This record gives sequence, structure tokens and C-alpha cells, in this order.
Amino acid sequence: MTDHITTNNMSEHQHAHHVEHPDMYDPESSKIGMWLFIFTELLLFGGLFIVYSVYRYLNPDAFHLAAEELNTFIGALNTVILLVSSMTIAMSTTALQKGHKKVAIALVSVTFLIGLVFLVNKYFEWGVKFSHGIWPGSEQMLNEMSQGEILFFGLYFVMTGLHALHIVVGLVIMVFAIKGVSSGKVNAQRPSLLDNCGLYWHLVDLIWIFLFPLFYLIH
Amino acid sequence: MAEDKHHHIVPYRLYAIILVALLALTFASIGITEIELGKFTVAGALLLAGVKSVLVLIYFMHLKYDKPYIKIMVAFVFLIFVVVIVITFLDYLYRV
Repeated sequence: MTDHITTNNMSEHQHAHHVEHPDMYDPESSKIGMWLFIFTELLLFGGLFIVYSVYRYLNPDAFHLAAEELNTFIGALNTVILLVSSMTIAMSTTALQKGHKKVAIALVSVTFLIGLVFLVNKYFEWGVKFSHGIWPGSEQMLNEMSQGEILFFGLYFVMTGLHALHIVVGLVIMVFAIKGVSSGKVNAQRPSLLDNCGLYWHLVDLIWIFLFPLFYLIH
Repeated sequence: MAEDKHHHIVPYRLYAIILVALLALTFASIGITEIELGKFTVAGALLLAGVKSVLVLIYFMHLKYDKPYIKIMVAFVFLIFVVVIVITFLDYLYRV
């Protein structure tokens, strides 16, 4: 094909060292796509929340007892950490729209580091549980715990583990967002990658907002 | 309010204010669960978590500045989700 298809101004700006194709950039579709994905995540965690509430109803005393084992301080600390990181990534979208590229990169990087701190806390928190002999299928759990306590810790590890996995994925997306902003591919006119990275990170925050009271606060 | 001609640019200050509100609600929920309110502890903690998530959705996730159909779509899905959770918890509270 010899024709250069230039459907709008956007593609004229792009240097064509390869074949030019029409600019398919569509921030609105990409936003809807992200929201649809968020809805599926809601189903995933929503299902687990319902499992949690049913088992809690069936084993109130065991859940009460087992929840005492969790460290409210570290849970609260991780809540504060995630809320602050949500703010910094939200601010990075403002910075990008204002055309302050370096500020945007700095804010996403800060979010990345705060996310790492969350994982480090989780590592120590789980480490303490492991050192007490508590992990899924451990002898201590199988021999000394009631059915209800086993369920509580099972749900605790699955739900906080699945959440931590989402943190890891969020961090990976941030690396791509930082790369995009530094190379200029993600800019004030094409902010979708950073915007969606932010939406995903806020979802991770939203899930934690419910995990925290359910596991750490309600005794 | 709007410091720029762009209608979508959210000022940094607003995000900071939302963060302060979220932190205050977090400490309120820690406080509320320290007091023994029996079964209402669960309801109280979840209510505060609900308020927090609404703040995150509206401001951090930009819904306030999105087109109406996106707002409606998200609100609809989250409402159904909340209804399912609330029915489950009503069951929990009122079973004998």
C-alpha cells in the first residue's frame, strides 16, 4: 500500500519511520474497557467477600478468636500507605495534564515505592504468621485449630494474597506508565495509559478499604 | 475553582483534601471498632468503608468529571454489588 492514511492531525505528528497506520487512539473506549475489567474484579473479590461473610456467620467465635491474631497496627499502616499512594498517582494525572512531565514521572515513581513498602509490610506480616506455624495446610493449623479458625486463616491468606498479587500487577503497569511518560508516548493529549494505571491502582485501594475492617478491625 | 481552561484538570489541593478525609474515616473506623457495639460494629465499620470507597470512586477515579453514561454504568454495577452484600449482611444480622 502506498497510500499514507492520515485520518486526523494526530497521525501527522507521528514520525513515520515505519508504515503509517491510522491513529486508533481512543481514550473513551479505553476508559470503558478499563471499567469493564474493574467490574470483573469486583465479581472476583465480591464473591470472596460473600464467602467470608457466610463462614463468619457459621463460625462467629472462631473468627473472633482468629482475628485477634492479626496485627491491627500493621493493617492500619498498610491502609494509610495505600491511601497516600492513591493520592500520589491521582496527582500524577493532574501533573501530566498540566504538561509537567517530570512531576508526573516523580509522582508515579513515588507511588511505585509506596506500593513496594506495602509489599514489604505484607512480607513481614506473613512472616510472623509463618513463624507461628500458621500457613495454609500447616501442621499447627490442621492439628490445633478449629474448623472455623482454619477457614478464617484460609480466607485471610487467599484474600490478602490475591490482593498482594494485584499490587504486584499494579507496580508492573506503573513501570510501563513511567516508560511511556518519559518517552513522550504518554502525554497530555494521550494520557490513557497513565489514567488506566491510576484507575487500576485505585481499585486495589478500594479492595483494601474493605479487607482492612473485615480482617483486622472486626473482632 | 477551575484554574485552567481545561475542564478535566483536577487541582492537587482537592486530592490532598480527599486524602485527609479518607485518613480521618480510617481512624474513625478503628475507633468505632474499639468500642463494643455488638453486631453494629460490623455495620459501622462497613458503612465507613462504604463512604471511603465512594470518595475514592468520585474523586480519585474521576467519576465526578466523567460523562453521565459512565457515571450511570459504574453506579449501577456498584449498587447491585452493594445490594448483594447488604442482603447477605441483613441475613447475618437478623437470623435467630
